[in-house]
Amino acid sequence: MKYIYYPGCSLKSTGRVYEESLLSVMDVLNIDYKELDDWNCCGATAYMAVDDRKAYVLAARNLALAEEQMKNEPEVNIIAPCAACFMVLLKTQKFLEENPEDKAAVVAALKESGLNYTGRAKVRHPLDVLVNDYGEAEIIKRITKPLKGIRVASYYGCQTVRPYSVFDDQRNPETMDRLMKAAGAEVVDWSMKTRCCGASLTGTVQDVALPLSYVIVHEAKKRRADAVATACPLCQFNLECYQTDMNSKFKSDLKIDVLYFTQLLGIALGIEPKKLGMNRLFTEPENLYKILEGGNRVYV
Amino acid sequence: MERSIYAESFALDVTAKDRLDTRRKIKYESELDKTFSNRIAESAHGEQLFGCIQCGTCSAACPVSHYMDYTPRKIIQMVREGFKEEVLKSSTVWLCASCYACTVECPKGIKITDVMYALKREAISGNYYPKNAPASILANNFFKQVLNNGRNSEGPLLMKMYLKTNPFMLLKNMMLGIKLFTRGRISMKTEKIRDKKALKKLLNSVESKKKILSAGKPADVKEAAV
Ligand code: SF4
Ligand code: SF4
Repeated sequence: MKYIYYPGCSLKSTGRVYEESLLSVMDVLNIDYKELDDWNCCGATAYMAVDDRKAYVLAARNLALAEEQMKNEPEVNIIAPCAACFMVLLKTQKFLEENPEDKAAVVAALKESGLNYTGRAKVRHPLDVLVNDYGEAEIIKRITKPLKGIRVASYYGCQTVRPYSVFDDQRNPETMDRLMKAAGAEVVDWSMKTRCCGASLTGTVQDVALPLSYVIVHEAKKRRADAVATACPLCQFNLECYQTDMNSKFKSDLKIDVLYFTQLLGIALGIEPKKLGMNRLFTEPENLYKILEGGNRVYV
Repeated sequence: MERSIYAESFALDVTAKDRLDTRRKIKYESELDKTFSNRIAESAHGEQLFGCIQCGTCSAACPVSHYMDYTPRKIIQMVREGFKEEVLKSSTVWLCASCYACTVECPKGIKITDVMYALKREAISGNYYPKNAPASILANNFFKQVLNNGRNSEGPLLMKMYLKTNPFMLLKNMMLGIKLFTRGRISMKTEKIRDKKALKKLLNSVESKKKILSAGKPADVKEAAV
């Protein structure tokens, strides 16, 4: 099956590591994809706050582009790795189905600029694609460096599973845990899987956002996790890049590696660290390297 | 506007703090905006909001409710009653992180997150939003940037927000910015799609329902350039 890949703005900047590692993993697994040509921003959470119809047109343009660029395929499957993009594209589709009047306006506007929107595209999250299309059994066959001895806390964040997604449970999702197990890691059982990380509040109202990120990192540590696996550029950014701020605010000295699940999977598939964007993290995950070599943890 | 007159005399008297606060704490029903709830319900596509049973599940599920002026449960009730000013000026609207926890848990199927979005839109178009609150500035600048370029450039966007709101934060976050920059995770380049004009035309060809509802108050963001 062929997929069309919609990166969104984050995967080209702060979430670049996500893009690099995801594409490397898909290459190794021989998953066929091409990037959506001339994609635009999905609108994220901010656009909806200013103008709703414009927000829907903005997202629908991408869906229409995908339909056009995949017109020779039996199915249009869009991979949207960023949690916000994924949710916004799904939301747009659902909203337009439920509100024919708005749909007519959006379709007409898109037609004006030469695009056709029918709504037949399927919006897919990479977790969904890897677990449900590709399958854990196939992945296990290709694991060359199992993550033996590494304890992973799978952190899904909010918008990957809420509120429109159907590929996993909204309260206790498991796809990432299954992938991490397939990669040979041990997964920790914890209650923070879908708790909000503070999202864009870290940039705007830090006093409120830091405690939100902190409880997640703190809980992961308490459960003796070696790494938090994320599936969203904003979650990864908040949990990794603000650790110093959290520590000074809460007088703690937490240190934990926060990686994309695709990076962890990538290590297990034997992909070299550079292709997984490890060099772009604030600190390379030395703990993981050490454990894999059979040594002791550098930090606990 | 008895309130503002009161506020003036209040400001003149520096010792007012020590006096008994005799402002009326309860609004008369005639002062409520009875059309507000319908407007918000329509804008959020959420007529279900009239079915709220005030169970408080949303507030319990909300990760930031304990920082808000009014919890999500209260906001829903206040919207229904027509406390327009209080709602639109509240911190609640801008603290909502759009995490959808409330929406998923509400036993009455009320799309609370969408109500929050409708309130954000209403607060921006009616000029109620706190002018130097980063969250609303961020939303506004993001909107302009995407309207003009089709893509969001995180570097310039954040820079602008901090300059407008809190230059101190910019300095504080400078180290973070440098770290990201040296790792190739942020750039100050403005990202664009190929045909910016066509996209702008496309976006401008649809009118938000909100604008039709609050006619005469066009969002000032429309023409501003980034
Ligand atoms: S959870 Fe739903 S029904 Fe309960 S108070 Fe909140 S909005 Fe009302
Ligand atoms: S969507 Fe907003 S109001 Fe609802 S739980 Fe999340 S932060 Fe709270």
